[in-house]
Amino acid sequence: MKKSNGKSLKERSFGWIDERYDITGVIEFAKKKSVPKFRETIWYYFGGIALLLFVIQVLSGILLLMYYQGTEDAAYESVKFISTKVSFGWLIRSVHSWSANLMILAIFIHMFSVYFLKSFRKPRELTWYTGFILLALSMGFGFSGYLLPWNELAFFATKVGTDITRQIPVIGDWLLILLRGGEEVTGATLSRFFGFHVAVLPGLFTVFLVLHLMFIQRQGMAEPEDWKKLPDSEKKQIPFFPNFTLRELLIWLIVINILAILAVFFPWELGIKADQFASAPVGIRPEWYFMFMFQVLKLLPANILFLSGEFVGIAGFGIGIFLWFIVPFWDKRTPESRRNKTITYVGIFVVMFIIVFTILGFILD
Amino acid sequence: MSEEQKGSNKNSNRRDFLGMLLGGGFFAWIISLFYPVLKYLDPPKIEEVKVSSVKIGAVEDMEKDSGKIIKFGNKPVIVVRKPEGEYIAFTAVCTHLDCIVQFRKDYKQIYCACHNGRYDLNGRNVSGPPPAPLKRFGVTIKDDQVIVYKEEA
Repeated sequence: MKKSNGKSLKERSFGWIDERYDITGVIEFAKKKSVPKFRETIWYYFGGIALLLFVIQVLSGILLLMYYQGTEDAAYESVKFISTKVSFGWLIRSVHSWSANLMILAIFIHMFSVYFLKSFRKPRELTWYTGFILLALSMGFGFSGYLLPWNELAFFATKVGTDITRQIPVIGDWLLILLRGGEEVTGATLSRFFGFHVAVLPGLFTVFLVLHLMFIQRQGMAEPEDWKKLPDSEKKQIPFFPNFTLRELLIWLIVINILAILAVFFPWELGIKADQFASAPVGIRPEWYFMFMFQVLKLLPANILFLSGEFVGIAGFGIGIFLWFIVPFWDKRTPESRRNKTITYVGIFVVMFIIVFTILGFILD
Repeated sequence: MSEEQKGSNKNSNRRDFLGMLLGGGFFAWIISLFYPVLKYLDPPKIEEVKVSSVKIGAVEDMEKDSGKIIKFGNKPVIVVRKPEGEYIAFTAVCTHLDCIVQFRKDYKQIYCACHNGRYDLNGRNVSGPPPAPLKRFGVTIKDDQVIVYKEEA
């Protein structure tokens, strides 16, 4: 480093930026931030993992956009071109698909850990709400992205998935046409889903992600009730920077390695091109994170009392998901620093329900 | 050198070595990340259609004193029929900035609309920005059919 005025280039460029943007202030702030260290600290890493995978999604998605063509005639062929002709195209596509699935998994783990540690409680209600919206948007990403290769599996999954909106009273039919761009799943649907996937959803996601991260920065890490009750001498903390950050980086490296192994050794299949006049193939199923809902709907009888089984199932999920969304609201009567056992039991029930029906979905065929 | 100094020297050597290993590993990781991405961005070569001649129709199909663009493989070629009935052909890509030229009846010249480039009917750049003449294609008539062919360089 060349010296001038007794300061190195590094010091001078830091000084230049610091003078204008008060970097020292940011560093001071980061130094004060700390993460509670206890048995459950591991769960604090999952939000960061989801964030890493989202960044990978954005980057690999941009790369796929360089060759993908979102039309009925060209979509399947262009994905095939990426997978077979473009150097490392198969790898980029495989990374995008695997990373999408791992991201949803990371968000699920993140959400349940927040739920069981009761971190959604006052003052963090809005962090929970924005996080829930981010999960919903991620599932929207998954659903819309699934159609883009325009293969048989995607075509029927989209037919079934969008048909469900018909069950919504009053606006159901209108919503179906809005989603499909017509009565049927056609090239018009593909254009819409492509638009949702690369423009609408990324825009919305970015807004909620910024809010979510801002709330966390502003309030600091959540401290669970049990930990808060400890005497001050036993409250172990680790500084957010550099200790926690370095550990998070190490975990990111491990996640990247897992992703690379999955993408290389289990490349994503393309299947056969969608045909609007072919029968649905045997063993058709949605992505795993929609499996439990799909399976429950399959098991319901055609009619329950005077309502259709389909409607009862979808209304049930709608209400259940809404109640889950507003958990900070119905937990607020719990006195501060008291446990609410019901919430824990409900959580355990939900986790078991999802696991059992997901497994059933994969083994009952 | 005292024992103590020797120890610290050894330590800093070991530290340097580990630092190099870590830095080298990171560097290799970055390369292994960027290599596939850069290769990916390089589009695969699409094979050029090899064409040596193209039939463009009967002699009387084209009016005298007119021009048209034909497909020669995947390259455009301009064919002009002079007022006296003779056929000529040139590459239709302007030598200036890649636009496609046209025949202008009023000028009796080949004209590029992008920047007012003009070529005479021998393909010579006579006015405007084009820096070089248009490459000539051969035209022959066989059994009343007009055939455009690539002239050997």
